[in-house]
Amino acid sequence: MHDHDDHAPETAAAEPPGFYEVLETAVRELLVEQGLFEAAEIHRQIDVLDSRTPALGAMVIARAWTDAAFRARLLADGRSACEELGISFYDDTGLIVLENTARVHNLIVCTLCSCYPRPVLGLPPDWYKLKPYRARAVSEPRKVLAEFGTVLPDDVEIRVSDSTAVVRYLVLPLRPAGTENFTEAQLAALVTRDAMIGVVPVRLPEPGDLP
Amino acid sequence: MINGGTAQALAHIVLATGETPLFQPGERVRVDDRVPIGHYRVPMYLRGKIGTVEAVIQPRGLDNEEEGFGRNAGNKRHYYRVVLPMPDLWPDYPGSPNDTLHIEVFETWLERIA
Repeated sequence: MHDHDDHAPETAAAEPPGFYEVLETAVRELLVEQGLFEAAEIHRQIDVLDSRTPALGAMVIARAWTDAAFRARLLADGRSACEELGISFYDDTGLIVLENTARVHNLIVCTLCSCYPRPVLGLPPDWYKLKPYRARAVSEPRKVLAEFGTVLPDDVEIRVSDSTAVVRYLVLPLRPAGTENFTEAQLAALVTRDAMIGVVPVRLPEPGDLP
Repeated sequence: MINGGTAQALAHIVLATGETPLFQPGERVRVDDRVPIGHYRVPMYLRGKIGTVEAVIQPRGLDNEEEGFGRNAGNKRHYYRVVLPMPDLWPDYPGSPNDTLHIEVFETWLERIA
C-alpha cells in the first residue's frame, strides 16, 4: 500500500499509464516489498539525476576556454578534471573530452542504447535516444549534422564517437570569435547541450534570436 | 624508502592475466565476427571490421557482457578506443573519406592482425 503525502500537490494523470509505466511500477513495488531497496533510495536517485543539467557541462567548457592548464587536464582525463570542479561521477563512468578544432568536428552517439554523459549533462534529449539518430549518426553523420543546420566542408574531418560501454564522451566546442572579452559566466551561457553533443557549434546570439 | 631489497622485489612482480593491456596504440586489430546469444556491447556494423587502436582505456573495466548476467569475478580487462575510416564501414559512405568512427571495444572482441 502507498503512504500518501498530504503535502504533495494533487496531480491528475492526463491519460491512463501505458504498458511500460505499469510494468515499471509493478517491478519497482515488488523490489521494494522484497526489501531489496527502499522507496527513499529511488527518490534519492531521481534527485541525483535531476541535479545534473547542461549547465554543469557549460561550466566545464567555459573553464576550458579560459584556463589553458585546466583544458589540458580536461583533455587528458575528463572525469578527474570535472571532479576537480565538484562534479561527481555517480555512475562510475569514464569521460573522454573530444576537442573540436578548425580541422576536426566531433559528434557523439550511442548506437546500442542511450549512453550519455549524464553526470555532466543530465538526461539526454529524446532524439538522442531514438533509432533514426542512433543509426544515422554513424552511417551518414554529415546529413544528420546538416539537418541540425551544421554544414561542414569536406576538409573538416568528422569524428563520430559511439559510446558502448564504460566511457562517455563530451564535445569541447570551438570558442566563437568575438568572445575575447567575455567572462567565464558569459561564455558558459553560450554553451548549449546540443553543442556538447556535437550537432551544432557554439555561436553568439544574433539580433533576431529569441531570448 | 625503497632500499635495494625492495627494489629487487618490485622488479620481480609478475602481473596477472588481464592486468596489462594486450594491445597498444597504433596496432591494427580485427573485431570478431561472432553472433552470440545474450547481452553484447559490440554493434553489428562493427563486427569483422579492421581498425587501429587509438588508446587504451584506463582503468580496466568489467566485462559488461558478463556483468549483464551478474558474473563479475575476475574478468576485468581493458577496453580500447578503436578508430576506423567511415568508408571501411559503409561502402557507399556519403561524406569525406577522412571521416572516422571511434568506439570502445572490450579486449575479448579484438584480435591482432599483421
